[in-house]
Amino acid sequence: MTATTTPATPPHRSAEEIGRTVRGPRPLPPLGEQRTVAEPLTVDTLLPNGLRVIAVRRPAVPLVEMRMRIPFAGESATHAARAELLASTLLCGTGRRTRMQVDTDLARVGGELDAAVDPERLSLSGSALADGLDVLLDVLADVLAGAAYPDDEVRRERERLLERITVARSQPRVIAREALQRHRYGDHPFTREIPEPEDVAAVSVEDVRAMHADAVVPRGSVLVLVGDIDPTRAIDAVIGALSGWQSERAATELPSLPEVSGGDLLLVPRPGAVQSQIRLSTQVVPRTDPAYPALQLANLVFGGFFSSRLVENIREDKGYTYSAHSSPEFTPGAATLLLDADTASEVTAPALLEIRYELGRMAVTPPAEAEVESARRFAVGALLTSTASQAGLASMLLTLAGVGLGPDWLRDHPGRLERVTVAEVAEAARRFFAPTRWTGVVVGDADRLSAPLAALGGVRLP
Amino acid sequence: MAAPQLHRFTLPNGLRVVLAPDHSAPVIAVSVHYDVGFRSEPEGRTGFAHLFEHLMFQGSESLEKLAHFRHVQGSGGTFNGSTHPDYTDYFEVLPSAALERALFLEADRMRAPRITEENLRNQVDVVKEEIRLNVLNRPYGGFPWIHLPPVLYRTFANAHNGYGDFTDLEQATVDDCAAFFDTYYSPGNAVLTVAGDLDVATTTELVHRHFGDVPARGTPPRPSFAEPPPAGEQRAEHLDPHAPLPALAVGYRLPDPVAELDAYLANVVLAAVLTDGHSSRLEQRLVHREALVTDVSAGCGLFSALDARDPDTFTVTAIHPPEAHPDRVLAVLDEELDRLAGEGPDADELGRVTARWVAGLHHDHDRLVSRTLAYGAMELLHGRAEIVGELPRRISAITPADVAAAAKALRPDSRAVLTVVPNGGSQ
Repeated sequence: MTATTTPATPPHRSAEEIGRTVRGPRPLPPLGEQRTVAEPLTVDTLLPNGLRVIAVRRPAVPLVEMRMRIPFAGESATHAARAELLASTLLCGTGRRTRMQVDTDLARVGGELDAAVDPERLSLSGSALADGLDVLLDVLADVLAGAAYPDDEVRRERERLLERITVARSQPRVIAREALQRHRYGDHPFTREIPEPEDVAAVSVEDVRAMHADAVVPRGSVLVLVGDIDPTRAIDAVIGALSGWQSERAATELPSLPEVSGGDLLLVPRPGAVQSQIRLSTQVVPRTDPAYPALQLANLVFGGFFSSRLVENIREDKGYTYSAHSSPEFTPGAATLLLDADTASEVTAPALLEIRYELGRMAVTPPAEAEVESARRFAVGALLTSTASQAGLASMLLTLAGVGLGPDWLRDHPGRLERVTVAEVAEAARRFFAPTRWTGVVVGDADRLSAPLAALGGVRLP
Repeated sequence: MAAPQLHRFTLPNGLRVVLAPDHSAPVIAVSVHYDVGFRSEPEGRTGFAHLFEHLMFQGSESLEKLAHFRHVQGSGGTFNGSTHPDYTDYFEVLPSAALERALFLEADRMRAPRITEENLRNQVDVVKEEIRLNVLNRPYGGFPWIHLPPVLYRTFANAHNGYGDFTDLEQATVDDCAAFFDTYYSPGNAVLTVAGDLDVATTTELVHRHFGDVPARGTPPRPSFAEPPPAGEQRAEHLDPHAPLPALAVGYRLPDPVAELDAYLANVVLAAVLTDGHSSRLEQRLVHREALVTDVSAGCGLFSALDARDPDTFTVTAIHPPEAHPDRVLAVLDEELDRLAGEGPDADELGRVTARWVAGLHHDHDRLVSRTLAYGAMELLHGRAEIVGELPRRISAITPADVAAAAKALRPDSRAVLTVVPNGGSQ
C-alpha cells in the first residue's frame, strides 16, 4: 500500500492516452501444439434387467458422479401432475429408510441425490466421495425398488409443489417456454412441462405408488457413473445393488413430435413487463444425421456462441439485449433450434427485425471460411473443456445415451467437425435458416408491442 | 484431492502470479483478479464497477472491438468476467494449446484498453438489459443481494446497489472510465492465475514476456469498509411487482473472513447445519414439521462464502405462503439458533455436514474454472491461494463448540429483516 490518499478526482491519463503505447499494437501469438489424452477406461453394458450402464474412470478428484435417465412419458392429461409429485417424493422414504435416513446415509459419504422430471424422462443425479459409491448405489436401489411414498410426506410435498408451480409460472422465461411449446406443439404431451395446480391437488398417494410400479423401470433406462472408480468393479457393484429392481415393462418413450413448420409469431401479453422474451424455433436434424456437424457449425455462426452474427449485431452493435442465443433441442429421433433473446419493450420490434435479417443473411450470404473455422475451433474446444470435469462428462454421456449414442460418438465427433467443408456449412445455412422456416412467440407488454409488431408484420396479435 | 503444488512470483511491476499445474485434462484456465469491486465505486456512480467490467471486453490496443471474444472462442475457449463487492475477475478456459494466446489477451487489456464513447454507450444499453433480465422484469430479482444490504448497512459502500441505478449508469463518462482504470487496474493491484495443463518454467517465461512491460503504476490505498454492526433489529419491506408469494431475508454480520478465517468457516458449517439437505434443522422444522415455508436457505456471503473482505453477511432466506407470518418464521429461526448455541450440533450431524461440504468443494473444484477463480480470489483477499487446498482440513476441524459460538453470535438484536411483499404476481 502506498501512503497517498485518493482525491475525489485522481489525476489520470485520458482514455486516448490509456489506449496506446509507444510500442504500438502487437501480433496475436499462434496456437501451440494441442496435447491429446488417452481415452478414459470405459465400460458400456446392458444388464439382464434391461438397464444400460456406462462407467468411466476419471480420477481427477476423489468423487463419483451418477446420472440416470428413465424414459417417463405419458399421454394422459394428468400424467404431468402425477409425475411431478412422484419426483418430489421419490426420495422421501423407503421400506428401509425414512426421508431423514435417506439424507443422512448419503451425507455420511458426502453424497447428494436429486430427482427431477420433464415430459420425456425422470432424471436422478447425484454424487458421493468415491469410496462411498456402495452407499450411493444402495440408496439409489432402495428408492428405485422400494420408494414408500409415506402419506404425510406426499401430502406436504403436494402443498409445496403447488407453491412452487405458482413461483415458476411467475418467471418470464417459464411463461415464454410454455407459450412456445403450445405454439409449436399444441396439446402434445411434450408441452406439459409444469402440471396444472388442480391436477396436482387431485393426485392421491395411491396414484403415485401405482405410477412408480408401472413406470420407474430399468428396461430402456440408462445409468452413468464417472469418477475415481474402476469401471468393471463399479458395474459389478451396480449389478449387486440393483438386482432387485425388475419389471416386465419397458420405460415409456415420448411419442414422436409433429414437425415445427414456419409461420407467424404469436404475441403473448404480459401486462406491465419492461422486457420482452423473443423465442423462435425451426425444425432441424438430430445428432445422428450426416448433416448434423455442418448444421452445428452453421448454428454457431448464426447465434450459437458469443462471436456469432446475431450477438455481434443485436448486443455488441445495437445494445438491444444482454444475451441472445441459438441452440439445438434434441428429442427422440428429431431436433429443433431454439433462439432466445430478451429485449426492452421499446426495442423489441427492432430486435425482431434484426433477427429476421440475420436469419435471411445466413440463407443468402452463407458463412465465410473464417467464420466456419472459428466455429469449428470453438466446437472442438468446447467439447474438450465441457467434458473435462466428472460432472460435465457424466451429463454429456447421459444426454447421448438418451438418443441411443455411446461414448464413441464423443470420441469421434471432433473428427466429424474437422471434416465439415465450408460448402457443407453453406448448404446447412441455406437449408435451415431461411426466415420463413421459423416460427415462435414474443412475450411482453402488448400495449407497447402491438403497434410496432403490427407494422413489422408476421406477428399474430392477441 | 492432493492439492497441486502452487508456484508464486511477483513481476517487477507488482503483478502477483499464481501457477497451479494439473495435467489431468489438456485444458488451461487463465484469470485476472483486480482489487476493486462495487464497494469502491463513488456515490453518484452506482453500478460503475460492473459497467467497467463490460468495457474491458471492448477492445485494447492490439485488439479491435469483438476481437477478444473471437480470439478466445476461435481458439476453442470460453470466457467471462464478474464483479463482486471487493474484486472484479476476468477469465478464459481453453484447450492448453491456447495458453500463450490467453496470456496475450489479458496482458493487452491490462496494458492499454480502448475505451470509447461509442462502446460505453453500447455497454450501458447492454447492462440495462442485464438488469431488466435479472432484476426488474422477474420475480425476486435482486433478492436478497440488492435489497438486504441497505437494511443491514449504513455506509454507501456497503449498502448501495452494485448493479446500479439507470440514471447513474447513463451519466457515466469516458473520463470516469479512464480515472477508474488508472486508479484501480494497475498491475500492482491485480493477481494473475494460470491453472491446468501447464509447464511451470515455460509459463513463467510467457508471463514475463507478455505482462513484463505493463507499466507499474501506484497501487491505490485500500479503504476500510468497516462499520459497526446494527444496533437492534432493522426492518424493511420491499414491494416486488412480479412475486406471487411473500419472502423473507435475514442478514447478520459475520466474523472478518481474513482476520478470523476459522470463525468465519464455523459460520459456513452453521449454514449447512441449518439448511443443507432434508436432515438439516431449518428444513426439518420450517419446511416439513411446521410447514411454514416453501423453501429455506442459509449461507455466508451475498453471493457465496469467502467472496469478500470484512464486512460480510450471513443470510437466511425463505419463500413462504401468505398464511405464514414472518415473525413466526423468525421465532423458529431464533429457537433453532438458541438450541445450537446451547448444545452445538451433535458429532454425527457435524460429521455428515462436513463430509458433504468437503465433497461439494471437490465437486466445484473439479471444474477447472472454479478452481482457478478460487485460487485467484484467495490470493487477492487473503494473500494465500493455498487456502483453497486447506479448506477440507479446516472445515473438518470445526468443532461443535465452534458452531455453537457462531450460532450464539447471530443475535435478534443485531440483524436486518427484509420482507418481500408480493404485488399479486402480475401473471
